[in-house]
Amino acid sequence: MSPVMGRMAPAAAVEEATRYGHAVVSFLDDAGYPFSVAGDFTADVVSATVEVGPIDASVLPADGQQVGLLFSHIRPQPGVGYDQRRYVNAWGRAAVTGDRVSVAVEAATGWDEADVPFFEYAERTVPEAHRYMGEVGARPRLSAWWTFFLTTRLPFLTATIVPVALGGVVAARDDAFAWGWFLLAILGGILIHLGLNMANDLFDDASGADAANVTPTPFSGGSRVLQYGLVSRRAVVRAVAVCYGAGSGIGLGLAAARGWGLLWIGAVGVAISLAYSAPPFRLVHRGVGEVVTALGFGPVTTLGTYYVLAGEWSGEAVYVSLPVAVLIALVLYVNEIPDRAGDAAVGKRTLPVRWPRSRVIAGYDVGVVLAYLLIVVGVVLGVTPGWTLLALATVPMALSVHRGLVAHYDKPYELMPAMQTNIGLHLVTGLLLVAGYGIHLVVR
Amino acid sequence: MATPGVLPERVAALLDAALVAELTVVDGRGRPVSYPLIPLYDGRRVYMTSSALFSKKLRHIKANPRVSVALTDPVGVPATPFARATIQGDATVHDGDLHSDWERLLPLWRAKEPVIDKFVKMRFGIPLFFERSVIEIAPTRVFYWDDARTDRAPEVLSLVGSS
Repeated sequence: MSPVMGRMAPAAAVEEATRYGHAVVSFLDDAGYPFSVAGDFTADVVSATVEVGPIDASVLPADGQQVGLLFSHIRPQPGVGYDQRRYVNAWGRAAVTGDRVSVAVEAATGWDEADVPFFEYAERTVPEAHRYMGEVGARPRLSAWWTFFLTTRLPFLTATIVPVALGGVVAARDDAFAWGWFLLAILGGILIHLGLNMANDLFDDASGADAANVTPTPFSGGSRVLQYGLVSRRAVVRAVAVCYGAGSGIGLGLAAARGWGLLWIGAVGVAISLAYSAPPFRLVHRGVGEVVTALGFGPVTTLGTYYVLAGEWSGEAVYVSLPVAVLIALVLYVNEIPDRAGDAAVGKRTLPVRWPRSRVIAGYDVGVVLAYLLIVVGVVLGVTPGWTLLALATVPMALSVHRGLVAHYDKPYELMPAMQTNIGLHLVTGLLLVAGYGIHLVVR
Repeated sequence: MATPGVLPERVAALLDAALVAELTVVDGRGRPVSYPLIPLYDGRRVYMTSSALFSKKLRHIKANPRVSVALTDPVGVPATPFARATIQGDATVHDGDLHSDWERLLPLWRAKEPVIDKFVKMRFGIPLFFERSVIEIAPTRVFYWDDARTDRAPEVLSLVGSS
């Protein structure tokens, strides 16, 4: 069956109909009103014919009249809504014999949410919604808060907050922490990150990657605000300019106050955030998005924060950022898995597009092992405090993600819990590293 | 156009129990096309809502307002005893405010499907689904099978009152 109330071959529709309990025959009565009556039925797949009855002759269609057949199964579930939704619409001419009507199916459409999940069905009909809303002069909207929340992809700020916090605790270990500078570093980092999120949306919209993606999730496929018409491109462009402008302004101010060395790292951060998806570089299209992401949300941010606080560079700050750099790269990596069909369609050749399933999953496993190894080696070499080994407590989360990838690699919506756990893995591991430093500072 | 009226009590009771009904409209080729939807009844009119995402039926109704609502599925119509009915009527599409107008039906919807409140709170997750038109159906004639046996002639019930 082709998706989205797709056309079905008559024989396929009749075969599908055999899964249903009853048929509903519809036709136009003498006054031109539709009339529907349910009945038991038998199906002949070979001739693509359905015979419905017995039905009282007073409510049968006329012989030769065009009729519709509906086969429907929807199971209401209290507290949930509906599940097991599927139905088939078929059309043909009625051949009435006694109390039965036989229909040789000429055309049919159908949908089964087991084949095309409801959310994918909804996504595929977005153009239909735009057409209709255009006809009636309507525009979709959400509250200002939810529009802001979705457009900026606010929850992904954990990718910035964790490395900034790490830079802060390393600076505290060196007795260089100050709240004022720290908060400015966070603010600058957040603004650049929000600008990056929205710029990425603009470029993915322009390339067609997001439109080609019919299985977006809350963790992948972009914010969808442009695809849904919630926000205009112009508004997003303005927001990107404001975020990058304000973030860069804070960076320049910090460089002037704390040392011009910050200018270089800030420039690298801004540059790679733009080159990530902006032409002509489009690094994520070239399969190096993970490297760029790791660099930007790892050493660049942590070292930049440390420099703001201490006014100098730190090898420890670079090192402690490496595990979270790997883990944030793995967040991008896993989130690219459900997007790979849409990405491939527009030439966005991420690693999950390039690699087979087995290699992608192995790549995840290698990456997460590397992250934990870096944590252990850091302590063994005396670079990081022993208490940072607390971060190893997230190993069960990593195992859960692995199991999710194995079980649901090709099912975007079933993969969502694993994607969410993977995001949590980065956050919790990072926070435990921060906590490890915090405990060290208290007990030293 | 036929004269609309109020549904007899036993048909109203069936509608009140129904979680799924089959709305049949007439498409541009004169074919009947059926859609399973949740029916809502306020004592005078049958209402259904349809997202802008699935708006073909709305165009069909605007071109030809003659529709029927059938109650046929024992799972979707958990009435005791189970009966079947087909309600014919004239439909109007209300699409002046897709964002909020349908919310006036929430009390009726909530009574059948309490989980709708949870879905509405999460409308930010699927915003276009919640841009919805209201289909208002004024009943004109009803066919009723008391024991759901469609191999027997239905009662053709007169409608009570007037619009």
